[in-house]
Amino acid sequence: MDFDWVFFIEIFVGGLMSGIMYSLVAIGFVLIYKSSGIFNFAQGTMLLFAALTFVKLTEGGVSFWVALPVSMGTMVVFGILVERFMMRPLANQSLLSLFMATVGLAILIEGFSQYMWDSAIHGLQLANFLDLALLDPVNMTIFVVDYVEWLDILISKFDIFATIVAGTMILILAVFFQKTRTGMSLRAVSDDHLAAMAVGIPLSRVWALVWAVTGIIALIAGLLWAERVSVSFTLVEAVLKALPVILIGGLTSIPGAIVGGLIIGVGEKMGEIYLGDLIGVQGIETWFSYFIALVFLLFRPSGLFGLKIIERV
Amino acid sequence: MIYRETGTFITSYIEDRKLFPIPFDKWAMALFMLFMVFVIPFIASDYWLAAHLIPILAYGTAALGLNLLTGMTGQLSLGTAGFMCFGAFFTFNIMLRSPEWMNLPLALMLAGTVTGVIGIIFGLPSIRIKGFYLLVSTLAAQYFALWFFRSYPYFLNYATATVTLPDHHFDLFGIGETFDVDMASFEAKYLLSLGIVTALALFAKNLMRSATGRNFMAVRDMDIAASVIGIPVIRTKMLAFFVSCFYCGVGGALFCYAYLQVLGIRTFEMNRSFEILFMVIIGGLGSIAGSFYGTILVYEFPILFSWAGDYIFKGAFDTAVVDNVAKIMYGILIIALLIREPGGLAALWATAKQKLRTWPFPH
Repeated sequence: MDFDWVFFIEIFVGGLMSGIMYSLVAIGFVLIYKSSGIFNFAQGTMLLFAALTFVKLTEGGVSFWVALPVSMGTMVVFGILVERFMMRPLANQSLLSLFMATVGLAILIEGFSQYMWDSAIHGLQLANFLDLALLDPVNMTIFVVDYVEWLDILISKFDIFATIVAGTMILILAVFFQKTRTGMSLRAVSDDHLAAMAVGIPLSRVWALVWAVTGIIALIAGLLWAERVSVSFTLVEAVLKALPVILIGGLTSIPGAIVGGLIIGVGEKMGEIYLGDLIGVQGIETWFSYFIALVFLLFRPSGLFGLKIIERV
Repeated sequence: MIYRETGTFITSYIEDRKLFPIPFDKWAMALFMLFMVFVIPFIASDYWLAAHLIPILAYGTAALGLNLLTGMTGQLSLGTAGFMCFGAFFTFNIMLRSPEWMNLPLALMLAGTVTGVIGIIFGLPSIRIKGFYLLVSTLAAQYFALWFFRSYPYFLNYATATVTLPDHHFDLFGIGETFDVDMASFEAKYLLSLGIVTALALFAKNLMRSATGRNFMAVRDMDIAASVIGIPVIRTKMLAFFVSCFYCGVGGALFCYAYLQVLGIRTFEMNRSFEILFMVIIGGLGSIAGSFYGTILVYEFPILFSWAGDYIFKGAFDTAVVDNVAKIMYGILIIALLIREPGGLAALWATAKQKLRTWPFPH
């Protein structure tokens, strides 16, 4: 049988696109890990909460340009509350307890968002909104069911849009971390809470900021994911999907989150189609990404771009 | 003064190594066990046995397994439900496909051993990968288990979704027929689980005060330092994975056989792993008794909460609201406990014991 190159490239591009989606979730993870050393398990439920807030607002008849800042504001308030009532009392505790606390937070948000809104599945036509928001005449569409054709392959414009959003976010974050004073204090905090406090970095303010920014990233990622999979509990599982991504990239690296996302996205699709055919069983997608991550980690235990851990007694 | 050790003088090394050096502890424990074995089966109703005591015992075994791995050896795992799944399916298959003389306790031990070996395979990356990075390996185990048993229906005896476990699997050495006792009754299942759990807990307790257990803890505290002082780190980690997965496997098998009475893949979804992780955290990492305290709290909390909701508001809110409020309260409980007492319920109990010891003159 001839090797079907077009099919191969099609899968490859599809994998890249889903990889970008994983990266979007992963960036939120990395941001919190970088600035506080915490493995934030609540990222997925934050995605759900943010997207649900937005959807409920728009379903209530609020326009796109109002709903977006309102849900952003909600996430900022949320970040400040988390810092005040969870992070501050837990400062200087072991990383494991901090991780557990975020798992507790995940349950709390899950209950809260379903209590505030509801647990039904909501569709979100983000593409519609974007068209309405950017172009007034309804009959001119950019995003809704529109494809770019390239080498006989159809690429959805929305996927390209998601890629651009992810790229912009990474650029902004990279500049923020490397060039600004706040970014520097964030890096200091992640190195050592106590030492950072000793040189006069306002720990609580820094953490509140990080959680607020992560909340906004969760909103953006949540909206983009929602376009694909609808707003429902499946968003929470995005976290578990994003886990191998951040681990491949290294927990401390934002570019790593992108590269990891692309590797997992492509690897998963390739594995499902070619390896699945080879062993004759379908559905290996559910665990294959973890195996890819394992292989990478066996060669580089702290990820491709992660900070190399130097251990000493 | 209520609880005291005054008057207990340790005069030999053997006495010092006793499991319960304080007579009060020893007698209280003996009384508790006698009560559990001889009184509970007669006074507890089927509801209490089937919906409270048996699941707590099954969950407790799995929680103990996870605690041995995460609390004692410091290897974080999110694959508990996956290992439980292996244990449950292997037990079923051993019972189904072996000759007459096979009995459930033996099958549990065999299935536990196989699960332990699988645990070693998934634990192998821990030689090189540390900390949160190890989550990938255990998550792989979790999803691999679900995929494996879904893809190969042979292990479910070609049933569509679930298999009802046959009663004759519970018969031990033909006791049921000879003495005309119902070996599949809740009382019998309860006693079987209690026996297995007690044996496993006792083994864990003894393991932790042996050289092996001290190796576990040394690896947890700092594996580089442990290897420097000559502890075989790799062997210790593999052993920890084996023992932990053995417990998880037996726990999973008990969960299906004694509690649910059906075997299905959906029992072992990801949520179950988290549930057991909470039991361990809330109970106290690194404490054997704590695993069971945590199990009781985590298992009973939603039941108690919805019952209280029903009782107080008399159905004024629908169940979905009560469920969500229970989730919120549960999240708050976990965070509050981590803030107030990172050592979990076991640490609270230790503080309470100290208070009882000095009561009524705390100074």
